[in-house]
Amino acid sequence: MSARGRLRDAVVLILMTLYAGPFFWQVVTSFKPESELLVLPPLLPSSPTLAHYVAVFEKSLVPRALVNSLGVAGLTVLLAVALGLFAAYALARLPIPGRGALLLLIAASTAFPQITTVSPLYLLLRTLGLRDTWAGLVLANTSFALPLIIWLLAGFIREIPEELEEAAFLDGASRVQVLRWVILPLTAPALASAALLTFLMSWNEFLFAYTLSASEASRTVPVAIALFPGVFEVPWGDIAAASILASLPPIAIVVGLQRYLIRGVLAGALRE
Amino acid sequence: MTPRASTAERSQSAPTSGHLRFKPASRTPLQFTGLLFVAPALVMLAALTVYPSVWVLWLSLLRRVPVFGVESFVGLANYAFLATDARFWNAARVTLVFTLVSVGLELVLGVLVALALAAQRRGRRVALSLLLLAWALPSVVTAKLFEWLYHPTAGLVNFLLGGRSLNWLGDPGLALPGVILADAWRTMPFVALLCYARLLAIPPEIYEAAQVDGAGRLALFTRITLPILRGVLLIALLFRTLDAVRAFDIMFVLTGGGPAGTTETLTLYAYRTLFQTLQFGLGAAIGVLVFGVVMALAWGFLRALRVEERPA
Repeated sequence: MSARGRLRDAVVLILMTLYAGPFFWQVVTSFKPESELLVLPPLLPSSPTLAHYVAVFEKSLVPRALVNSLGVAGLTVLLAVALGLFAAYALARLPIPGRGALLLLIAASTAFPQITTVSPLYLLLRTLGLRDTWAGLVLANTSFALPLIIWLLAGFIREIPEELEEAAFLDGASRVQVLRWVILPLTAPALASAALLTFLMSWNEFLFAYTLSASEASRTVPVAIALFPGVFEVPWGDIAAASILASLPPIAIVVGLQRYLIRGVLAGALRE
Repeated sequence: MTPRASTAERSQSAPTSGHLRFKPASRTPLQFTGLLFVAPALVMLAALTVYPSVWVLWLSLLRRVPVFGVESFVGLANYAFLATDARFWNAARVTLVFTLVSVGLELVLGVLVALALAAQRRGRRVALSLLLLAWALPSVVTAKLFEWLYHPTAGLVNFLLGGRSLNWLGDPGLALPGVILADAWRTMPFVALLCYARLLAIPPEIYEAAQVDGAGRLALFTRITLPILRGVLLIALLFRTLDAVRAFDIMFVLTGGGPAGTTETLTLYAYRTLFQTLQFGLGAAIGVLVFGVVMALAWGFLRALRVEERPA
């Protein structure tokens, strides 16, 4: 590789690091002692401290909120994938009456503004006694997760050659068996992409969680951070530490499972 | 009759293709299986999206203030009120400015970053990770990052500007640009990713041929790269415009709509009417209008995309 090419690559990497700068600045802030928070310069802490993380774990509602977020996002993924896989297979392969209208409805509901449905959803879930519960949030998140999953998976299933299924039918397999032993293994990577996207969206979701939660029983991390208590002064260091904790799952996905994430994003955006 | 069903009929008469060859008389059972498979998802969607969207329409025709036990049918009165409501028109204007500037910034920056990444030889994965980080963070976290960056005395932004003490989120002239910047930071990586993927699919021979013909770098960009990116840019424009009109978290946490309503979008106005002043009817009416705008935009974009595809 030419020296110029290497220099170019280095410059791009530096620029991208600077682009992520706001996040790294929050990392630095989370390790700054209280006394150095409101003074600039120096930029870096003289002696990095874990005090803010300790405070977040011992005094705030964030640990409980992390558990809520993990539970709600995980259950949303399970529910949406379980229902979505069957629906996607049927829409891709079986002669369903009104299929075109159904696909249109599913595509349109991925664009429904949350602000439009939040008030009736609130009234509905309150009537069902599901306000401030995991179940209520899982159902609310499923309203945007399910259309996305069906849309993504139907596209992938349509690409699987039908001959593979026919061979199984010849061997006497039933629909459900074909779905389990032929389609599921072949869609596993797509399923992983769809599940990752759903998890990320649920983990980050704020409007529904903020509206439907009322206590630590169901408050998710974004809600806990938005409501971070500060009576006389804003606890910037603690907020920074809580922000970093809330960012760990998304970072793990972006860094560790990047290929699946990108595949899911591209399929969701570019598939007709 | 659906297109799928007519295909099924054809494969019955010409039993050489399609899975029906093995069960020629089983169309009705197949439809039954199909419905059985779709039913759970359908019930869920009907309860969680269709029913609420119909209900919100009905709500928007009511005057409903639960705290006072008020609930009466008022027809289109809520919409008539909004038509002459200065706060509504201000929110509409803020939404428009926010959407236009934020999406414009994202598209321009996104293309530039995509070009840089596509030319990258080594460290692409790291570069992509750094880029996508901004997109993957919870928007509430992003709002907190920028609130801290914009801090009047201890903020990094003022420090880098040479020790200024600008009150970014408290100044009516700076708050909206501040919110827009935070949103553009968060969503530009999405545009960049779409363009980057498209750029990778361009065969290098095209560029080589053009270079042989003596095309300069600018000509390569305007004559080859941009036209190829046109389709994907339209898609990015569609997704980003819809998201920008629906945006809520970032301004809710960063400014709460202030100062003096300069960052209050339609979604924020709707939320505060619904859950802070508890006027469900009026709030629902604003929600319905946002819904109308989003659906009209989606329909318009999809038409444009279809026209785009026809000659190709």
